[in-house]
Amino acid sequence: MTSTFDKFFTFLFYRKGLAIFLLLAPLLIWLGVVYLGSLFTLLIQSFFSIDSFSGVIKREFTLESYYDLFRQSTNWDIIIRTTTMAFTVTIVSAIIAFPIAYYMAMYAGPKLKPVLYLGVMLPLWSSYLVKVYSWKLIMAKEGILTWCLEELGLLHVLDVILAIPVIGGTSLSFSYIGMFLVFVYIWLPYMILPIQASLERIPKSLLEASSDLGGGPAQTFRKVVLPLAFPGVVAGSIFTFSLTLGDYIIPTIIGNSSYFIGMAVYTHQGTAGNIPLAAAFSVIPIVIMMVYLMIAKRLGAFDAL
Amino acid sequence: MPSKWNFGTIGLKVATILGFLFIHIPIFIIIMYAFSTDEKTFQFPLPGFTLKWFGVAWDRNDIWEAIILSSQVASISTVMAIILGTLACLAVYRSKFFGREVISFLVILPIALPGIVTGISLRSAMSLFGIPFSTWTIVIAHATFCIVTVYNNVLARLRRSSHSMVEASMDLGANPWQTFRFVILPNIATALLAGGMLSFALSFDEVIVTTFTAGQQSTVPIWMLTEFIRPRQRPVTNVVAVFVILVTTLPILVAYYLTKEDEGGKK
Repeated sequence: MTSTFDKFFTFLFYRKGLAIFLLLAPLLIWLGVVYLGSLFTLLIQSFFSIDSFSGVIKREFTLESYYDLFRQSTNWDIIIRTTTMAFTVTIVSAIIAFPIAYYMAMYAGPKLKPVLYLGVMLPLWSSYLVKVYSWKLIMAKEGILTWCLEELGLLHVLDVILAIPVIGGTSLSFSYIGMFLVFVYIWLPYMILPIQASLERIPKSLLEASSDLGGGPAQTFRKVVLPLAFPGVVAGSIFTFSLTLGDYIIPTIIGNSSYFIGMAVYTHQGTAGNIPLAAAFSVIPIVIMMVYLMIAKRLGAFDAL
Repeated sequence: MPSKWNFGTIGLKVATILGFLFIHIPIFIIIMYAFSTDEKTFQFPLPGFTLKWFGVAWDRNDIWEAIILSSQVASISTVMAIILGTLACLAVYRSKFFGREVISFLVILPIALPGIVTGISLRSAMSLFGIPFSTWTIVIAHATFCIVTVYNNVLARLRRSSHSMVEASMDLGANPWQTFRFVILPNIATALLAGGMLSFALSFDEVIVTTFTAGQQSTVPIWMLTEFIRPRQRPVTNVVAVFVILVTTLPILVAYYLTKEDEGGKK
C-alpha cells in the first residue's frame, strides 16, 4: 500500500507543474468558486430588481436598485455618515497609535518589546463582541465612567459634551461620541502594529546621519522618521477605515438608531427581503475600499504590511 | 539615545502607558462584572461579589448548545483551512510562477473586505442556489476567512527553513513522501499548530459573517449579540463573556509562543 502511495508522490515530484497544480487546485476551487463566485453573484443580484407588490425578485438586468439607492436622500445620509465616521476614527486612531508605536519601536528594550507586542496583539485578537459589550458596561448611565467623573467632580463636563448637537445624546452609550470611542478602542491595535513595523525598519544609521548633519530631534522626526513611517500609517488606516465602513454591530449596540451602511444592508436583505437593494448597497463599501486601496498602493502602504 | 531626547521620552512613555490602559482596562472590567451581585443594571461600584452566576450559566442549556455549535464550526473550519492553506503553501513557496501574488491577495481578500460584504455575498449566493442554511453553511463561510491565518503562518515558516535539509534528505535516498513526512512536516508543525489556533479563535469569535450564513442556530457570538439586544439575565452574559475571553485569548498566547522563533529569526 505504501509503495503505490510512494510511487504517486515520486511521480508527482518529477512533474513540478502538475504537482503545483494539484496542490493549488483545492484552494483555487474553494476561493474561486465559493468566495469570488459569491462576490460575483452579489454583483449580479444588485442588477436585479424586486417587485414592490409581490416582493418577488425579478431576474432581469436593470439599474433600478441603484436608482432606488441614490434617489433617496436618507441613503446618502447613511453613506456620508458611515464614511465620515470611518475617516474620523482612522485619523484619531493614527494620532493615538503613533506615539505608542514609536515608543515600542524606538525606545523599548529587548525585554520590554515582546511584552508590549503581545500587549497589543492580545486585544487585537481577543473577542470583538466582548470588547464592544465592555463599553456598554463602561458607558452605561449608572456605570463606571459616570462614577469616575462624579468622584473627580467632572460630571458637568460630560453633560456639556453630551449637549453638543448632532454628536451628543441622552447618554454616552446612545451618542456618536460613544460610538466613535468604541470604534477607536476596537481598531486601535490594527493601527499600532503596522506603524510599529514600519518604524522598526528605519535604519538607526539614518537617525544618526541626520543628527550628524545638524538636524535637531524635531527636524529629524519631521524630515526622516515621519516620511518613512507614513506608509505604515496608511497600511493601518486600511484596516481602521475598512472595518468601520463595514461594521454594523457597534452602531447597533452603541449609538442612537441612525443607520450605518452595514445596518442598512442587513435590514434590506433581512426584514425587507430586498436582496437587490442590499446588494447594491454593499457594492458601495467595495467601491470605496477599491479607491482607497488604489490610493494606499500609490502611497506605498502595501510594502509596509 | 542622546540626553536631549529625554523630555520627549517621558511624553512617549506616558502616551504608551495611557494607550495600554485604554486597550486593556475594559477587558478587566468585564471580568469584574461577572462576579457582581447586581442583577438588573451595570451599577458601579459593585454592590457585592458572588460566584452564583457561574452556576446559573452552567445550568443553561441554550449556552451549552451555542458552545457546542461554535466548537464544532471552529474545529471543522480550522481543519479545512489547514488542508487548503498548507497545500497552497507547499505549491507557492519554492516556485515562481505567474499569479503567485494573486494567490496571496485572494487569501487575504475575505478578511480585507468588510465582513458585511463577505456575509451578504455568501448569503445571497447560498439562497440563490437554494442551499439551506445549516451548520455547514457557517463552516463554509468560516473556512473561507480562516485560510489566511494558516497560509501566512506556514508560508512564513517554509520561507525561513532552509531547503538544504530537503536536498539532504533526497540525497540520502528518501523518497518525496518520506521527505515530506519526516523533514518538512516536523519543520512546519508548530507553524501549523499556531495557524490552526488563530483560525480556531477567529472562527469562535466571528459574528458578522455568521449572522448572514446561519439559519436558526446560534453560535456563542450570535447568542451574545441576542442577549445584548434583548437581555434576559445580564449577569449570565457577563459570565459567557469571560468564557469567550478565555477561549479566544489562550490560543493566541499559545500561537504567539509557537511562532516566537520565527519572529526572532527575522532580525
